[in-house]
Amino acid sequence: MPESLSFGIDPITAHAWNKDRTKLAISPNSPEVHIYHFQRGEWKLEEILKEHDLKVTGIDWAPNTNRIVTCSADRNAYVWTQSEEKKWKPTLVLLRINRAATCVRWSPLENKFAVGSGARLISVCYFEKENDWWVSKHIKKPIRSTVTCLDWHPNDVLLAAGSTDFKVRVFSAYIKEIEDRPVSTSWGSKMPLGLMMAEFSNSTNGAGGWVHSVNFSSSGDRIAWVGHDSSISIADASKGMAVSVIRTDVLPFLACLWVSENRLIAAGHGCCPMLFEVNETGKVQFAGKLDASLKKETSGVSAMKKFQSLDRQARTETNDTSLGTLHQNAITSVCLHTGNKANATKFSTAGVDGLLAIWDFSNLESAMRGLKFN
Amino acid sequence: MIIPVLSYKYYQRSLQYKKNIKIQRFQLEYKSYNKMDVSRRKFRQEQYSSINYHHSEYERRGSFVAACSAFRKIDVDQYNEDNYKEDECGESQSPPSIEALKTVLRNAPISSRNQMVKDAALNVVMQVLLSMKSSQIEEAVNALDRDHLDILMKYIYRGFETPSEGSSGQLLAWHEKVHAVAGVGCIVRVLTDKKRV
Repeated sequence: MPESLSFGIDPITAHAWNKDRTKLAISPNSPEVHIYHFQRGEWKLEEILKEHDLKVTGIDWAPNTNRIVTCSADRNAYVWTQSEEKKWKPTLVLLRINRAATCVRWSPLENKFAVGSGARLISVCYFEKENDWWVSKHIKKPIRSTVTCLDWHPNDVLLAAGSTDFKVRVFSAYIKEIEDRPVSTSWGSKMPLGLMMAEFSNSTNGAGGWVHSVNFSSSGDRIAWVGHDSSISIADASKGMAVSVIRTDVLPFLACLWVSENRLIAAGHGCCPMLFEVNETGKVQFAGKLDASLKKETSGVSAMKKFQSLDRQARTETNDTSLGTLHQNAITSVCLHTGNKANATKFSTAGVDGLLAIWDFSNLESAMRGLKFN
Repeated sequence: MIIPVLSYKYYQRSLQYKKNIKIQRFQLEYKSYNKMDVSRRKFRQEQYSSINYHHSEYERRGSFVAACSAFRKIDVDQYNEDNYKEDECGESQSPPSIEALKTVLRNAPISSRNQMVKDAALNVVMQVLLSMKSSQIEEAVNALDRDHLDILMKYIYRGFETPSEGSSGQLLAWHEKVHAVAGVGCIVRVLTDKKRV
C-alpha cells in the first residue's frame, strides 16, 4: 500500500527530497516553496521560501551539498543555501533569458545545474568564485522551441533535453572553467560546450507530440522519453542509437524514471504509474500497472450497497466520481526516494490533486506477481 | 332572375375552382421543388432571377400584378422536369471487404501537402467505412495493426466533421470498436499528430 501525504488542494508542480529523505521541498502551484520536515512521525511545515514573483516551475535539491535550486516563470532561478540558523538564504542566478524557465536539474557532481526555458535555450550555470555569483552559459542551437525537461548523464557532462518541437536532444554541457576534459562515452568523444551529440524525433512519421520528460539510465547508455502522443520511447547509444517506441493506449505520460538498468516507471494523465521493461534486444514492453492494489469493484451494484447509499447519503445511484487509482488527478512528477537509478526500491509521485505518494517496490512486486506480463 | 342567380353561382364556383387549381398547382410545385436536388434548384433560380420588375410599368398600370408581366414571356416548356438531363448514376457496389479497408489505410496520403488529394482519399475512405456492414466492423478492426488503427481513427474524426445522412451513427459504431481495441491513446494521437489526414 503506497504511503500518501496530502498537501492540501493545490496541485504540486514540483517536489524534491533532501539526502536522507527527512525533508521535502514542494511548490503548491504558487511562487512559494514549502519545506516540510519529518518529525516525530508526521510532516510539519518548516519554512516557506518566498522570493519568486511568479509560479515556481522546477525545484531540485542537491543531496551532498544541501543546496536547493528553484526556477520560476519570472525568468529567474535562485540557489538556496542553509545558513547556521537553519534558515534558507537565496542567491540570484543570472540566467539571461527573456522567457519563463521551465525545469531545472543539478548535475550529478553538483557543481553546476541546467535550466530549460521558453526562450528556446538551456542555461548551464556554475559558480564563479572570483565574483562570488552564479554565471550561465547558453546552449541555443538547434533548439527550435521551449525546452520542457532535462536530465544529466552520470558523467556530469552530457545533458538530455526534451522540447516542444517534438525532439529529444543530447548536448554536451562541458564547462572548461570548472572541470576536466571528459572521457569519451558511447554518445561521442569530442564534447565542446553546446555540441549536439544526438537528436531523436518523438515520432517516426512526423510530429508526434511534445516531449514531457526525459531520463538517462544509470549507465548513461540508454535514454527514455515520454511524449504527449501517449508514447514512451527508449534510445540506446551502445546499440547505435537504436530507438524502440511503444504507442500506448492510455492517456499521455508526464514523467518517467529509470528504476534499474532495464526497468522504468512512467506516470502521467492516467493517474497510475506504469512499469515498463526493456528486454535483451532493446525493445521496450509494458510490464504492468503499479496501482493494482486499489481496484474498485466494478462488477455490478449489489442491492446491499444500493440501500446503504440510500440510507447514508440519500443517493439512489452508487456511481462514485472518484477514480480507482490512488491519485485522483494527473501525476506531474516522479522522484527517486530510496536507492539509485541502478536499483531503486522506493519512488515518489506528486500530482495535481495535491497528493504525494511513496511507492515501495517490494510490496508492489508481490502484488504484481499475480498479474500477466504482456 | 333565376338565370343571373344561377350564373352568379357558377361564376363563384368557377372562381373557387380556379383558386383550387392554383393551390393544387402551387402545392405540386412546392413539393417537387423540395424534392429537386441542388443543381436543379439553382438552374430554376437562375432562370427566374432574370425576370425584372419594371418600376415604370408598375406606376403606369397602377397595380403590382400588372407590372410583373415579364413572366408571361417565359418559355415554360424549357423548365419542364423531363427536360432536365440527369447524370448517369453508377451501379450500386457490393460491400467492400476488409482487404479494401487495409489498402485504403495503407495508402493514406498523410505526408501529402495537396489538400485535394487528401479530400479525395477521405471520400474513398468514407465510402468504404459507411458501406461496410455493422457485423464486419469488429472483424475489420481486429485485423488492423496499431498504426493503421491510428489512421482509421483520424479518418473517423474527419468523417464526423462533414456529416451526411446517417453517417455519424455508422461512424460512432466504428469509433466504439476502435476505442475498445486501441484505447484512449489512439484518440490522443489523433489530437496531437501534426500530420493530419
